[in-house]
Amino acid sequence: MENKTLSLEDQFQNRIDSGENIEAKDWMPEKYRKTHIRQISQHAHSEVVGMLPEGNWISRAPSLRRKVALLAKVQDEAGHGLYLYSAAETLGISREELNEQLNSGRAKYSSIFNYPTVSWADMGAVGWLVDGAAIINQVMLTKTSYGPYARAMVRICKEESFHQRQGYEIMLSLCNGTEAQKAMSQDALNRWWWPSMMMFGPRDEESPNTEQSMKWKIKKKTNDELRQQFVDQTVPQVEILGLTVPDKDLKWNDETGHYDFGTIDWDEFWDVVKGNGLMNEKRLKDRNEAWDEGKWVRDGASAYADKQAEKRAKKTA
Amino acid sequence: MNKEWPIWEIFIRSKNGLEHRHCGSLHAADEEMAIQNARDVYTRRQEGVSIWVVESKHITASNPEKNGEMFEPAADKVYRHPTFYELPDEIKHM
Ligand SMILES: [Fe+2]
Ligand SMILES: [Fe+2]
Repeated sequence: MENKTLSLEDQFQNRIDSGENIEAKDWMPEKYRKTHIRQISQHAHSEVVGMLPEGNWISRAPSLRRKVALLAKVQDEAGHGLYLYSAAETLGISREELNEQLNSGRAKYSSIFNYPTVSWADMGAVGWLVDGAAIINQVMLTKTSYGPYARAMVRICKEESFHQRQGYEIMLSLCNGTEAQKAMSQDALNRWWWPSMMMFGPRDEESPNTEQSMKWKIKKKTNDELRQQFVDQTVPQVEILGLTVPDKDLKWNDETGHYDFGTIDWDEFWDVVKGNGLMNEKRLKDRNEAWDEGKWVRDGASAYADKQAEKRAKKTA
Repeated sequence: MNKEWPIWEIFIRSKNGLEHRHCGSLHAADEEMAIQNARDVYTRRQEGVSIWVVESKHITASNPEKNGEMFEPAADKVYRHPTFYELPDEIKHM
């Protein structure tokens, strides 16, 4: 009964505070809806664009074993994009609009995919570090307050762990190989380390949305907390490979029980976000080409479906 | 631009003996394509032995704003549960 005196927003916050999930048809503040459409669609776009740097290497994988693994991983990422687009659509945006936002370049996706994949070792580093960083974020999101998003994350997390393991296995074989192979993996680590660190987003004090996101339980940990978790779990993995993290300030801190690390180049981060990364243009071009070249398939399927429907209508008439 | 394909809700039976459960949705031109896409998206790791698809527009959902009158009447009917009835401890198999 007392609930009647609470505003809708307060009632909504109470539901979140008591750990309830919000579902598609529930009342929600407009800003909660908008924030989710933005975040879920950016996440979906990242899965889709994320196929490009790895798809680039499928035909050049060094063995059949590596090729089927990479192919399966890239196929999974397409599925992840689909789960997330579906979750975004529950909030009242159409797939057509989502597609248009990506292809026109208006939408953002994770900047990590605007770095080039120049060697086979990059397939190792991407699976291990980029999927590794993504997993940390996505495990947190399985507990996010919006039900359809949380459920998509559960499904995604189940599929992700093989992505990271196949990447690490690539690194491991290269590091146990020739000097040149080991050097190639060190080079990949050098190039992917800092961009992976940036995947968690700006530092907490420069992340104005964090407070609202935590209040709505969209996020349960801050960017800096997630980044620290990444460093702490990844450094021992680097050591097993016998490689060196490209950070001279990296040091175990007995007092905090965490690794201290050097300063991230935030100018580079913002520069890539703004579209000046090495691959921003190429990714968008490839994305648009794939969409345009798939048009005849979509048209064909539509025409076939129409014909079948017509036939059925005639039969029942 | 061709017309947008409808959304289908996908239900998967993970193995015989269990019910179909809702697992997500996807776009497809028709029901056949919906089943094929569902196979590719939701059963790549042997997650299912049977798929149901139904166009989302055919599902009617209850209104969460009416949840009070819909579901609260069940809350004070504890006598529908076995634990409501007090029996001596020596009674077995009941
Ligand atoms: Fe993914
Ligand atoms: Fe992945």
